[in-house]
Amino acid sequence: MGIYQDLFSGLNRAALIPFFVIGDPDTETSFELVKTAIDAGADVLELGIPFSDPVADGPTIQKADIRAMKAGMTPDKALAFIKRITDYRSIPVGLLVYYNLIYHYGIERFFSAFKQAGGTSVLVADLSIDDAEEIAPAAEAAGLETVFMVPPNTSDQRIRKIAEYTTGFIYTVSLLGTTGQRSGLSDLVKPLIGRLKSLTEKPICVGFGISTAQHAKDIAQAGADGIIIGSRIVKFIEDNPDDTDRMKKQLKNFVQEVAKKIAHL
Amino acid sequence: MKQKGRYGQFGGFYVPEVLIGALEDIEAGFEQYCNTSQFIEELDTLSRTYAGRPTPLYHAKRFSEHMGFEVYIKREDLLHGGAHKINNVLGQGLLAKYMGKKKLIAETGAGQHGLATSMAGALFGMETKIFMGSVDVARQNVNVHKMKLCGAEVISVSGGTCTLKDAINDALRYWTAHIDDTFYLFGTAGGPHPFPMIVRHFQTPIGIESRQQCLDQLGRLPDKVVACVGGGSNAIGIFSAFIDDPVVELIGVEGGGKGTDTDEHCATLVKGSVGVLHGAQTYLLQDENGQIHETECISAGLDYPGVGPEHAYLKDSGRAVYTAVTDEQVLDVFELFTRSEGIIPALESSHALAWLVSQKGKLSKDTVVVVNLSGRGDKDVSIVEQHRPML
Repeated sequence: MGIYQDLFSGLNRAALIPFFVIGDPDTETSFELVKTAIDAGADVLELGIPFSDPVADGPTIQKADIRAMKAGMTPDKALAFIKRITDYRSIPVGLLVYYNLIYHYGIERFFSAFKQAGGTSVLVADLSIDDAEEIAPAAEAAGLETVFMVPPNTSDQRIRKIAEYTTGFIYTVSLLGTTGQRSGLSDLVKPLIGRLKSLTEKPICVGFGISTAQHAKDIAQAGADGIIIGSRIVKFIEDNPDDTDRMKKQLKNFVQEVAKKIAHL
Repeated sequence: MKQKGRYGQFGGFYVPEVLIGALEDIEAGFEQYCNTSQFIEELDTLSRTYAGRPTPLYHAKRFSEHMGFEVYIKREDLLHGGAHKINNVLGQGLLAKYMGKKKLIAETGAGQHGLATSMAGALFGMETKIFMGSVDVARQNVNVHKMKLCGAEVISVSGGTCTLKDAINDALRYWTAHIDDTFYLFGTAGGPHPFPMIVRHFQTPIGIESRQQCLDQLGRLPDKVVACVGGGSNAIGIFSAFIDDPVVELIGVEGGGKGTDTDEHCATLVKGSVGVLHGAQTYLLQDENGQIHETECISAGLDYPGVGPEHAYLKDSGRAVYTAVTDEQVLDVFELFTRSEGIIPALESSHALAWLVSQKGKLSKDTVVVVNLSGRGDKDVSIVEQHRPML
């Protein structure tokens, strides 16, 4: 069994997976915030390397990418950052990355360095299952698990193929669109979770648009193995420029609130 | 997807999973409709009666005298809307109609593709949204106004560098959330498959006509065919008909901006390295970490850090040669060409003309060079005025 499967089957509840852009708003603050999320109850981390052209992301994550890049974050520094995190706490780290960054770095070289840094899985936002062969063998060779996205408009046939290539979890995209906060959950997410469960036994983590503890609870009740919360969390950074204490306080309260809400269902 | 959309190693469809279905639909629609006699006839009628095809091949005698070799101009600038962009939007707009789509979106740099798409939106009665970088909105305000007159909504994009690449990012993001009823009318022979194939297809009349016109008017093929390259749709349109004629040299001219020895240019094929952006593996202007560069060029229509994948392939295979000219060279030839011929060329197309000037004295008198004059320069007059005030 993989690292995620072990973790999820041992939890008896949905895993809480906060997302951060590495180095947002700067390396040291980013490190403090990720530690805060771990201490407040995160089970897994989803971390992104900032990219100049993040087409799968809405405005909140785009701004985070720009902040992190302006503060000097690079793929090499991101790997060092991940090492510091996994030294602080042994926690699974899923990486979300745009293809050009690892293509440019060298896929095998990057995966091997990420594994060395304590990384668990890779998800390439702009690489579909049709091109999975460009990364899957390298991921396996490095000892990394693979994560692929499934949005609501993916056919059953493609879901089966995606499940075959997935060794980590299926990143279930709750809606048709980009990342970002939403007031309500998409009507499409529960039917999608149901469809996935009928097609595969691979773990299912749900992300995009999950903005409140109640959203998280609803998704957990629908049967998700994990809940990924990105823009809501990144927004604490955007909303409190130059006030690290407030960022940490709001982040801690929110993560604790979500953890409590999904603790006993 | 039925096809891989590869040109050698280049191309492909590197997009988030959510867009795969929409690209598959367009690939299937293209296959289902575009070779039917009904579609071909309808597009042919529109091309003739709405856009103004065929365009003439004009022997620019006075300019030829300046150059010392024979220059023939493919007059895409005479098309409705003032550029070759209309060829693509009529084709894709008609495809959208056949596919039952009600809404069009498009990205635009100089505004030529945005304007052409807005015209197609009016023509086909479709709601149209144009994504345009805020920097481009400011420097191409006349085109913005024209788009609005056609009934389109112009969305000013302020992310990233506020130019064409960011307009593409936002158009892709919008499409992700509206794939059911919206057709993304991609403007250049780039982006994810099937766009490079489709845009090439609808731009091939430029090359087919030019080749036949050379045979009819000169009794032979040209020695060289020259076109400017941003994303590369006008260039692939004219190159396509000559690729199998090894005697014809193909030259693509990129935006050299302040010079390719500076950071301020958009000469992707000349100075770039291979990577993946906007769905395609191709040459890119990127930094040592794979972050995409800001580009700089006097011509908004060339101001893009990527290039269509077939051009990347033609470069590596050696079938076409790519070079760059600077803003200053472009401004010089803009004036010279307008004075010699009474034709105001677009700054984009002026890049192709500027390469000719660089060949002055190097080519024999009887050398025949065909230049694709992809657009007219009315939209650029105020920009030229800023750089070269009339005294």
